[in-house]
Amino acid sequence: MKNQNLYNYILTISDNSLILAQRLGELCGHGPSLETDIALTNISLDLLGQTRSYYQYAAKLKDEDCTEDDIAFLRIEREYKNCLLVEQPNTHFGHVIGRQFLFDVYHFMLMEKLQNSNDETLAAIAKKSIKEVSYHKRFSSDWIKRLGDGTEESNAKMQEAIDDLWRYTDELFFMTDAEKTMAKGGIGIDVSSFKEKYYEEVGEVLKDATLNVPEKKYFAKGGKEGIHTEHMGYILADLQYMQRTYPNMTW
Amino acid sequence: MTETAHIEAHLIPVLKTVSDPEIPVLSVLDLGVIREAIEKNGIVIIKLTPTYSGCPAMDVISDDLKKVFSEIGKKAEVELVLSPAWSTDWISEEGLQKMEEYGIARPLSESHDIDVLLHEKKLVKCPQCGSTNTHLVSQFGSTACKALFKCDDCLEPFDYFKCLK
Repeated sequence: MKNQNLYNYILTISDNSLILAQRLGELCGHGPSLETDIALTNISLDLLGQTRSYYQYAAKLKDEDCTEDDIAFLRIEREYKNCLLVEQPNTHFGHVIGRQFLFDVYHFMLMEKLQNSNDETLAAIAKKSIKEVSYHKRFSSDWIKRLGDGTEESNAKMQEAIDDLWRYTDELFFMTDAEKTMAKGGIGIDVSSFKEKYYEEVGEVLKDATLNVPEKKYFAKGGKEGIHTEHMGYILADLQYMQRTYPNMTW
Repeated sequence: MTETAHIEAHLIPVLKTVSDPEIPVLSVLDLGVIREAIEKNGIVIIKLTPTYSGCPAMDVISDDLKKVFSEIGKKAEVELVLSPAWSTDWISEEGLQKMEEYGIARPLSESHDIDVLLHEKKLVKCPQCGSTNTHLVSQFGSTACKALFKCDDCLEPFDYFKCLK
């Protein structure tokens, strides 16, 4: 392969979008209301579209025969580099919104920086994505406030979800070797550089929503290096089913 | 690539016949998704940009472009470009008018867009009766580029084309 580090770096960013798109896709036809059902699947579609752009680029780096579908469907669990946050299940609507919000704030900040990457393709994908991500962030922040500042029950459920998911936020700012190398070259982003800003923005929204910012000190990580939570295998079983059962099938 | 599209004049009549499958009244030129169309050594080279990353209409548009050119005996190559990213500013005035006649409200300015999507301001004009006494039903609509609204005067639901800049 021409550039293993760049390839790995692209997957570090794009696998988040693929796995979150897959999670949101599970809600198609199952959203709590028609409007949220449509919104969440629209967000899923945006993320999947972004994933395609990244994977098409990664496939070109890999070899001539590699396609975006090979990257999406034919890797084993350890080869997926998404963070643990995005693979967490749709336990209840509070979890769906909490996961989305905690990811959107990060995603927006990452795209803001990636627009200025020295790598033309990554910069172009980021410039395209940031417009979509700003809509996602507005949607999820709005719902955090509605649920947090809603009824006693919605507040309790929203708080429960934030408390559950909080442990996965620190990993977003953990730098893998591929990220460190790419950041040095001006292609990748030093994600640790906006960690403080992230917690500040998240904290403000939570405060507006009358929710408590968790004080948890224990954080889980590993996804970015391929060590996932038990949920990941089930996602891949769904995602890869057709290609594993009928190898090389096309529509 | 620049903000202005580079399209050779003799290709325009053919390009005009290809429409967006989601909004059939709009041609790909009205929509502003064709960023470049030139003919080189008998081959038509087209650069196409998506409205939204996951827009499923892009594959269809790409196939349709190849088809219309092959019908007049020309080979067309379509390349997808992402930068500069598409903006609702690239929809032509003619396109905006056709869109309204079709029943989709045109995009407002960026700040007004935020006002109607987040702060429940009544600024979107109902394409049926012209009233601005309308309210947001859903920030996301039937496709990624639209939001769902309802008119409180004529009571008709309608799509609003979201501002993208």
